[in-house]
Parts: sequence; C-alpha cells; structure tokens
Amino acid sequence: MHIHFLDPYRPRPSLIHRLDPRVKFALTLAFILAVALTPLGAWPVYILLFSIVLSVEILSELGVSDVLKRSTLALPFALAALPMLFTVQGLPLLTLGPLTLTQAGLERFAGIAAKSWISAQMAIILASSTPFPDLLLAMRAFKIPRLLVAILGLMWRYLFVMADEALRLMRARQARSGQPAASAARVGGSVAWRARVTGGMAGNLFLRSFERADRIYAAMASRGYDGEVRAFPLPHITRGQQSILALGLGLLTLLVLGGFLFWG
Amino acid sequence: MLASPVLVPPPAPPAMHIPDGFLSVAVSITFWVLSVIVVGYALKRVNQDLGERQVPMMGVLAACIFAGQMLNFSVTGGTSGHLLGAAIATILLGPWAAVLVLTCVVGVQALIFQDGGLLALGANIFNMGIVGVAVSYFVYRTIQKLAGGRSWSVLVGGFAAGWTSIFIAALACALQLALSGTSPANVAVPAMGGIHALIGIGEGLITVGALAFLYATRRDLFQARQARPVGGRAVWIAGLAIALALAVASPLASSHPDGLEWVAEQKGFLDVARKPLFEIIPDYVFPGVSNGTLATILAGILGALIVFGVAFAVAYTRRNRQPVPTDH
Amino acid sequence: MHHTIEVEHLSYSYPDGHPALRDVSLTIAPCEKVALVGPNGAGKSTLMLHLNGILRGQGHVRVCGLEVGDGNLGKVRAAVGLVFQDPDDQLFSPTVFDDVAFGPLYQGLTEAQVRVRVDQALEAVHMCDYAARVSHHLSVGEKKRIAIATVLSMQPEILALDEPTAGLDPRARRGFINLLRELPQTMLVSTHDMRLVAELLPRTVVMDDGRVVADGPTEAILNDPALLEAHGLEKP
Repeated sequence: MHIHFLDPYRPRPSLIHRLDPRVKFALTLAFILAVALTPLGAWPVYILLFSIVLSVEILSELGVSDVLKRSTLALPFALAALPMLFTVQGLPLLTLGPLTLTQAGLERFAGIAAKSWISAQMAIILASSTPFPDLLLAMRAFKIPRLLVAILGLMWRYLFVMADEALRLMRARQARSGQPAASAARVGGSVAWRARVTGGMAGNLFLRSFERADRIYAAMASRGYDGEVRAFPLPHITRGQQSILALGLGLLTLLVLGGFLFWG
Repeated sequence: MLASPVLVPPPAPPAMHIPDGFLSVAVSITFWVLSVIVVGYALKRVNQDLGERQVPMMGVLAACIFAGQMLNFSVTGGTSGHLLGAAIATILLGPWAAVLVLTCVVGVQALIFQDGGLLALGANIFNMGIVGVAVSYFVYRTIQKLAGGRSWSVLVGGFAAGWTSIFIAALACALQLALSGTSPANVAVPAMGGIHALIGIGEGLITVGALAFLYATRRDLFQARQARPVGGRAVWIAGLAIALALAVASPLASSHPDGLEWVAEQKGFLDVARKPLFEIIPDYVFPGVSNGTLATILAGILGALIVFGVAFAVAYTRRNRQPVPTDH
Repeated sequence: MHHTIEVEHLSYSYPDGHPALRDVSLTIAPCEKVALVGPNGAGKSTLMLHLNGILRGQGHVRVCGLEVGDGNLGKVRAAVGLVFQDPDDQLFSPTVFDDVAFGPLYQGLTEAQVRVRVDQALEAVHMCDYAARVSHHLSVGEKKRIAIATVLSMQPEILALDEPTAGLDPRARRGFINLLRELPQTMLVSTHDMRLVAELLPRTVVMDDGRVVADGPTEAILNDPALLEAHGLEKP
C-alpha cells in the first residue's frame, strides 16, 4: 500500500519541467517576494503578475484547473483577514448591524487575498514540476547547510514509509471501531479516550521511528558512512538557464518598481 | 493498490500555517532572520549531541512527526483534532533536535504542500518550531522539577507542555498578523488564542497518550533521554521569556485596535516622504477615465495577450508531439 | 590464500543481557556459497552484523585477513557487502542513483569513478534504467535488487544477505535466485527459504540458540531429518 498521492510531482514534457531547478527555485522566491512587495492598491501590477503565473501554469502543462483548485486550499486562512473588512477606515459601503463594511477595507482584503492566491499558485507549480531530489539540489545551491539538506532528503524518503504505517494504524483502529448491534447510549468513547488512543498510535509511530533510524544508521555505516555529509559537486548552470534567470528577475524588478512608483 | 480518494493529505492544525500575502515583508524577513539564527545554532548543537547518528535519526523522526500529523481523532461531527508534535518532540528528543525536526516538517509542508507560504516560512518555523519547542521545554522541565521527578509528572508535564505550546504559538501567530496590519490585534489575539486554547487540549491529550504508551512499553528509552536533559538553562530561560512576552504582549496589543500605534505613526511619516508618481502626472489622460483605471485596463489587455499567446504556443507545439507519458 | 571469513569463538550479549551468540566459530573460503539457517532468534542476523563491525563481541572476526576492529572498519565494510532484510532500511537516499553511489562516494572515489561503479552495479542486477527513480515507488522485488546494487558498487569480496527472498512473490523470487546465481562473490545467505538453500548453496551452517549446531554439505544436512526437526527446520 503506497501513498503516491502525497507526492505532488507530475512529470510532463514541458519547458518548465526542463528548467534548472535552481533557476526555478530562485524565480519562484523572487516572484513571491515581488508579489509581497507590490503595494496594495496596484491592481494593474497584480493583473500582470497573475497573467505571469497563469502563463507559467499553461507552459508547465500541469493543468490550469488543477493548480487553481489546489491553490484554494489556503483560502480558509483568509478568515484571519476578514475583520479588516470592517475595521479599516474608509468609505462605508454596507452596514451589517454594528459592523460597517468599508471600501478601503474591501480593497485591502481583496489585495491580501489576491497576493495569497497568486503566490500559492507559483509555489504549487514549483512543487509539481520539480522532483524532490532536484529541489534538494537547489537548496544546496542556495547554501542551505548540507546537514539540513541531508536530513530533509532522509525525511522525504521515509515520509511515505511512515505515512503508510500511520495509515495502517488508523485502519486497524477503524477495523476495531464497530457499532454494537443495539445502539448504546454512547458509542465511541469520550473525546479524551479517543485522544489517548490516538496518542498511543503516535507513541507507536515514534517507537517504530527510533528503531528504523537505528537500522538505517547500521545500513549507512555498513556502506562507509562516517558522519560527514558527502555529495557530488553541483552541476554547472548553462548560459541559457542563466539568461532565463536574469530575464525573469529583470521582469519582476520592473514590475515591483512600477508598482512602487505609481502606487507607493 | 487501491486509490484512496477519501484521503487527501490533511492540513496540519488549522490556522497556524500562515500563507503568503498575510504578513508584511518586514515581519516576514525579521522572522526569517531569527529562525535562521536559531536553526543554525540547533544544527551545531545536534551535531555535538548526536554525531554520526543525527542524519538518520532527525530525518526519520521528522518523517514520523509529519506522518503523526495525519493521525486524527474525531472531536465532534465533522471536525477533528490533530497533532502538531512540538511538545512530544521536545520531551523525547530535547529542544535542539526538536527545533530541527519541526523546521524540516514545517519547511516541507510549505514547499511541497503549500501548507504555509514560502516568504512566511520564517515566521511559521519560528512559531511552531521555535516558540512551540522553547515553551514546551520550559513547561515540561518546570513541572518535572516541581514534582521531584515523580512518574506522574511525565503525564501532567506532557499535557501542560502540549497545551501551552499550541496556545503560545497561536499568540505569536496573532501578533505577527497584527504587526503586519493584516488583522487587528484586538480580534486576532482573542480569536487565535481562543481557538487554539481548545485545539491545545487535543494536543495535550495526544501528547499524554504518546508519552504513556512509551513510558509503558519502552521505559528504558524514556529514562535514557530524561536522565541527561539536553538543552539546559538557556532554553528554559528562553521558553519562559517567550511565554511571558507573548502572554503579556497579547492583551496589551488587543487593547490597541490599530495595532501598535507607533508603527502606524512611522508609516505616516514615511508616506509623507514618498509621493506616488500619480500626483505628479495629471489625473486624467483621457477625459473621464482616471489614470488608475486606464492602467488597470491596459494591464488587463496586456495580461490577456500574454496568456493567450502562451496557451496558443503550447497547444501548437503539443499537436506535433508524441503522446504524453502517463503519470506514475 | 587467506580464508574470506574467519570467526573464532565469538560471543555477544545484547545490552539487556540476552545472550545472542555463544562461542561461534566459522570459516568460509573464497567463492564459497554458504547458507545460514535456523529458527528465529538463533542469532543469524546478529552474526551477520558482526561481520562488518556494526556489532562487536568477544572473540575474533577476520574478514579477508583483516581483523574487524577500529582501524579497519572502512576496508572491512568495503569488503563485506551486507544486504539487510528490509530493503527500505537500505535504500535511504532520494534516488536510486544516490543510493548506489553512496558506497563508492564514501570510499573516496572521484565523481567519474563513482558513476562507472554505479553503472556497473546496476548492470549486474539488470536495472540500468532505474537510476533516476525514487525508491518509494519501486516494488519489493525491485527494491531488493537495488539493495544488492548498493553494495555491489563497493566491489565487495563477500556478500552477506539477510532473508533475501522474504516477502517476494514467486516470480520475483525466481528472478532473484537467478540473479544470485550469476554473482561471483563469496556468499553467506541467512534464510528460511529451504528451497533456495537446496538449489543454490552447497554448504549449510545451522544455528540455534546462539550456537553453531551443524556445518556441512547442504545435501547431508537436508537429508538428516532428526537434525532438521531438532532445530525447527523443514526439508524442502
């Protein structure tokens, strides 16, 4: 039993997939930064940024509707920004009881929602178009400590193994969660009891993890591991990829500057 | 293998992973810097403490916490409780290893599953991986000391550490939102604090359940880790300081609806210094259409052209291509 | 020429006091293919972990003339390719290539040399196309083959395999046995699969309760019903 669906990577013969992972990583971060730096009222810039991300989605052949669907997962957090609809001073638009919806509040809320939505899409494209080992390479290029990269590599590798085990524990619990024939007054035990059962499952997972970590260490030591993290040197970035990076960064800088000049 | 359409990777505890767009750039970068410093130090300490075993141990435990967050229990009807794991990780691994483990979990959640933003990642790591861990450590060790190391202190300490880690991390989150101007403190703090005071109960219970299980089955593992408290005074003090700071700052901030007033004032000064270009150019290029609207329309047209151009190009190249390979 | 493996009066107890090996002595000559059989808890896996120094007990263990001890661990671990029971424990890198390259990389070889070793190892297990694959998508049979490749890339003299056919379906098992037949290294195979023993491994060592209770030609041992019964084994 495998949890394939946890891995968002989808291989496609697209231009985006073929980009150097370091370039993709840099451009994604730069894009998100550009979105964050764009002042709240600068709608034309948002439109252009959105069209950029939409174009990249199309280029990546991942399926625009799929990416859009996934990007809505972050929406519930928008509730946190909801109060600003009513608290920012501005032109009143609508009154609901004691609360007054203001135009400025609506604009700010819409701005934040737009930023969030656009940023999320670019992050989704990065994760879906780049195999995780390539992302690790990009992290190394960005000078993230080798130790941390090694830990992340192992974490990724065993994520699915552990998730399988967690699933099996939950299935076992499900299998034992029958309903009595005559409906009892209380089925399923108290919340506290259920939490403790779940806690037991968590403890179980922990135990298996310790034991597995020991075995993995034995396997690593058997192949000569000495505690130092070793890897091949990073491959060379071609001129083509460098120019794509430069172009992308240049375009984003222009957009951000434009945003500041006109709406700052 | 049967496809499991029912199971979508569930997001971690609701409303703790801040997406991009909700924090100001200044706040994001500040917390990135803080997190980088603490995580960097954690790497050094874990290197000292675990040596060769650190990579497999941290990696697998990070995977375990991630998978553990998938474990849920139904609270009422549709809602369910989840585990964050900061308390459990801290109690079993010590604070520095816990920081690393949670950093990896939160990092991968953001990068791969978009559970939390990338620019906001620094703040998320800080809230869950650093505040959560420091506070857990402080609470747990304090209770242990007060109880003189008696066995019930493990369970009580575990519950308290679990609850407090969630609650205080939520306060940190709320204050970050307030500082960014996204959510006024007098709403964010009570809301986040209130919700997570409840969620924290679930965390506390699961933490206790896990500790009880391990205490019963592998007491040797337990005691080996309890005997040498890895972490020491610095972490304890940090935990106390953070908990106090957030507990005091939150009600203070709540009573100032505009967020922290001096921040607003600073902004006012800055605004005077920078005049948007619009004020230099006349308001209308075309009579009746403001420059702002014009720019928006033009941007819309330009954007649409770009998108259609790309779509067309892709469709064109696809026609001449071999059938696309199917997914794994 | 020295024996490939020499175990002299090896004893070992786990930290909790449980004695796992009691005065075990064993010699294996170059190019021998030896089966290690016995009930669970006999000490088979424990013995294997002594061969490359993961565990250290009282007594002597010599591999290719080298005493297994602090100074020699690097060379010993390169000489003994230990293949663990659960391939998931052995495939710990992000990609298959990374896993197979791990051994040679830690032996200090250059990038070019490592790539050559990886190609050779994957070739030997007939999985050349798998280099870029990610381990968790592979089937158990594929993982077990890659696990062998991860030690072959170190060019060991000895292969020590722990329950290689456990968990394999008949087809994968057949493929795996054929693969083992092709490999030239000295082999020590711990297994419950008596048909594998009969087919592939001319010498059998029987362990029970931490001791070696029989050591001889497979045919003789498999035709001794009293011996088999006494130690929880069945004739294939």
